[in-house]
Amino acid sequence: MEKVFRALADPSRRMLLDRLFNAGGQTLGALAADMPMSRQAVAKHLAILEAANLVSVHWQGREKLHYLNPVPIGEIVSRWVGKFEDARVESLTGFKAGIEKERRNVGT
Amino acid sequence: MSAPEFVYTVYIAAPVERVWNALVDGDLTRQYWGHENRSDWKPGSRWEHVRVGPGGEVDVAGRVIEIDPPHRLVTSWFSPADEGDAGRTSRVTYEVTAVGEEARLVVTHSDLNEPNMRAGVSKGWPLVLSSLKSFLETGKGLAALDMRVKELG
Repeated sequence: MEKVFRALADPSRRMLLDRLFNAGGQTLGALAADMPMSRQAVAKHLAILEAANLVSVHWQGREKLHYLNPVPIGEIVSRWVGKFEDARVESLTGFKAGIEKERRNVGT
Repeated sequence: MSAPEFVYTVYIAAPVERVWNALVDGDLTRQYWGHENRSDWKPGSRWEHVRVGPGGEVDVAGRVIEIDPPHRLVTSWFSPADEGDAGRTSRVTYEVTAVGEEARLVVTHSDLNEPNMRAGVSKGWPLVLSSLKSFLETGKGLAALDMRVKELG
């Protein structure tokens, strides 16, 4: 989790994740073309994102394609938000099920 | 073959075999995915993704294209209404590898041309994989996933 926070702390890396959110499966070349920094700097940022598991890679022939991998962010959310949400979500779904059951009973 | 639309990776503190079983054993998928994955898992066989609940709707179906337990599973993937429509049939590859003490699961979704399925899939996979990780590491899936499955109905 430390790695995820460190990776997200940098605005250039967040910008790279935004680019991958908009279009998955980009090469280093494509990502570097519209970033205001050298190709080497982009490669370094991508390596940090990959090590934090925020970027998944897929080899398509000889091309290394990069994808946004939001799974570790979901883990952060479930750690602190999920616990609070659980009770609320459960009470809401219980409420919904109750109403639907009532409706069915009325309908028959 | 065209480049995949989505590639998701999750690291799970569990042996490769447990992660594999959690993908193909319907009793396990029910507990974190809100669906039972049903198939005999033989090459060419049908698989179905059956919603947990009284309706038992089949939300996704497909064929087993390739299977190599406990490491690699390739399936086709479509809404039952789109069965036989090649343009609306996508492909999901699961790869489970041991990395140190953990298992790495990579889910690759390709040929996703149908816009509704594409949107649903992009929201669904991260939640499913977080829920799987939570289930195997703590014994409990995520409540947020149950909520999403209920929204389907």
